[in-house]
Amino acid sequence: MLVYIVRRLLWLPVLLGAVTFVTFILGYYGPGDPVQVRLGTRYTPEAAARLRREMGLDRPLLVQYADYMRKAIRGDLGESYTYPGRSVSSLIGKKIWVSAQLGFAALLIGVSLGIPLGLLAAYRQGTWVDTALVSSALFFYSMPVFITAPFLILVLAVRLDLLPTAGWKGLFSPHIVMPALVMGLPGIAGIARLTRAAALEVIGQDYIRTARAKGLPEHLVQGRHVLRNALIPVATVVGLSLAGLVEGAFITETIFGIPGIGRLAVDSIFRRDYPVITALTMIFAVSFVLANLLVDILYAFLDPRIRYR
Amino acid sequence: MVKAQAVGIPVGKGESLWLRSARRLLRKPKAVFALAVITLLYGSGLFAHWVAPYGYNQQDLTAVRQPPSARHWLGTDGVGRDILSRLIYALRTNLIITAASVLTGSLLLGVTLGLLAGYLGGRVDSAIMRIGELFTAFPGILLVILIAATVKPRVLEMVRDFEDATGFRGLVRWGVVDYFVVFGALSAFAWVGMARLVRGQVLSLKEQPFVEAARAAGASLWRLLFVHILPNALPPVIVSVSMGLGAIAGAEVVLSWLGIGIQPPVPSLGNMIWEGQSISVLQRWPHMLLPPVITVALLIFAWNLLGDALNDVLNPKAR
Repeated sequence: MLVYIVRRLLWLPVLLGAVTFVTFILGYYGPGDPVQVRLGTRYTPEAAARLRREMGLDRPLLVQYADYMRKAIRGDLGESYTYPGRSVSSLIGKKIWVSAQLGFAALLIGVSLGIPLGLLAAYRQGTWVDTALVSSALFFYSMPVFITAPFLILVLAVRLDLLPTAGWKGLFSPHIVMPALVMGLPGIAGIARLTRAAALEVIGQDYIRTARAKGLPEHLVQGRHVLRNALIPVATVVGLSLAGLVEGAFITETIFGIPGIGRLAVDSIFRRDYPVITALTMIFAVSFVLANLLVDILYAFLDPRIRYR
Repeated sequence: MVKAQAVGIPVGKGESLWLRSARRLLRKPKAVFALAVITLLYGSGLFAHWVAPYGYNQQDLTAVRQPPSARHWLGTDGVGRDILSRLIYALRTNLIITAASVLTGSLLLGVTLGLLAGYLGGRVDSAIMRIGELFTAFPGILLVILIAATVKPRVLEMVRDFEDATGFRGLVRWGVVDYFVVFGALSAFAWVGMARLVRGQVLSLKEQPFVEAARAAGASLWRLLFVHILPNALPPVIVSVSMGLGAIAGAEVVLSWLGIGIQPPVPSLGNMIWEGQSISVLQRWPHMLLPPVITVALLIFAWNLLGDALNDVLNPKAR
């Protein structure tokens, strides 16, 4: 197990190197000239050449890349192109916290609604409750946030005037309800679908019949035997929905005007602020890999039969 | 020839696996519903030129932001264009891009690489799978956005040069560049999942006696892969294509919604949603937002429903 974790972690730097290199090439050949952006109306060819040398942009691609990586390892992610004088780390720092809060709220909604709904569907298998839950899960599972978000805004904010339409006031304000709900919907659907399938699988097992046969009260059968065993595969889907949350964050934060890293990433791409884009891509890649690793470890912890090589 | 036994479906007398599966599919109400929705939406998109009541750019400045009426069934937008017509042309855009991405990325690249990785094994296998791992290591949408935003101006330049050099006009104006960039960025990601799926199938199929027999008879590598192995690996591929089509259709909408996909005035579901979703428009003219939103929702739902039904029919063991 330990060997497995170490091997997975060793793969991380390789991955990061490749990810940053691709982003770097795209930035190098992509449109937009940071020198021109920064000089603006004071643009003269001489000033441009001087600034270009100062920023080190006149060097060959590979030299720039090596220089960037050397600094990045020491935690220096460079300076933003569009906010001169601001380091990328200071720009990202606070926004990560905002995105983490939003993602946490969405995950909480997904788990706390998804598992009970999935169990409900399994217990009522074949009834209209089951049919309704299964088909709405299928509907919401793959519905992109930019479909559900405007719809919810129209109903909850514009028509009923229950919730604010946009903005960010921290974890404990009504502003978080709609974005977290929108981001959590695919999670609820995915978790409910998998919980139902897992619970049905467990209910058919011999040891459940044995538990009933020896006279164990039904709530203990469900709580002690069915639920525990059904939750094992659900752990994976929670991990997978972390990935979905990151993707949802780009659109959700843009729609609801939330100052997180998803919106920063979209804005930076449009402003061609390549240092910020590269840094964010690295952060996303690291969190993706770590989330997947965490799920694998959790999986082995929940089900001791699983062995990793 | 398809060996139905290999996928575990008993075959009736004189009836092929595919015919039988198609019949069983059509007996499922959800499959019929999904097929009907897809046929209606993409059918009208395919024949947009004949079906749409107006041109997608045809303005009627005396009828701006009209609610639905007999003349304009879904109303008109901010510059007096018929929303129904734009919706139908947007479906055509979506159909072209989705079909192109699935054909090149998912089917051509994904299936071929998956077959090679699974059958050859060893270094080829690890090389292909490691590259795939790279692609899935970060949010695909971020890289698709990045590729579309950075590569497009270069492609645009190249196409302009090409137009100047050959005197062939209209490529840029018709939005060919947008199509090309969006479908390129999407297919770069579409292949990974498919390659993994096919590889897994091939790993078990290549040990089967019929593959050995074909090899003994001197079949070439490509004949082995595409004539003997691929047909037996098809059922899960079909299910995955159907599920993936919804996702790719959705991705095209996201890109255009962000403003880096299909550019106005060429209509796409994404830029129609963008135009309709600002708060001020939502408050006064919700009829601008609802048609594209409901269409996209229906489209994605239909593809998933079809995938679900296909899964029931083609993978009975998975139940």
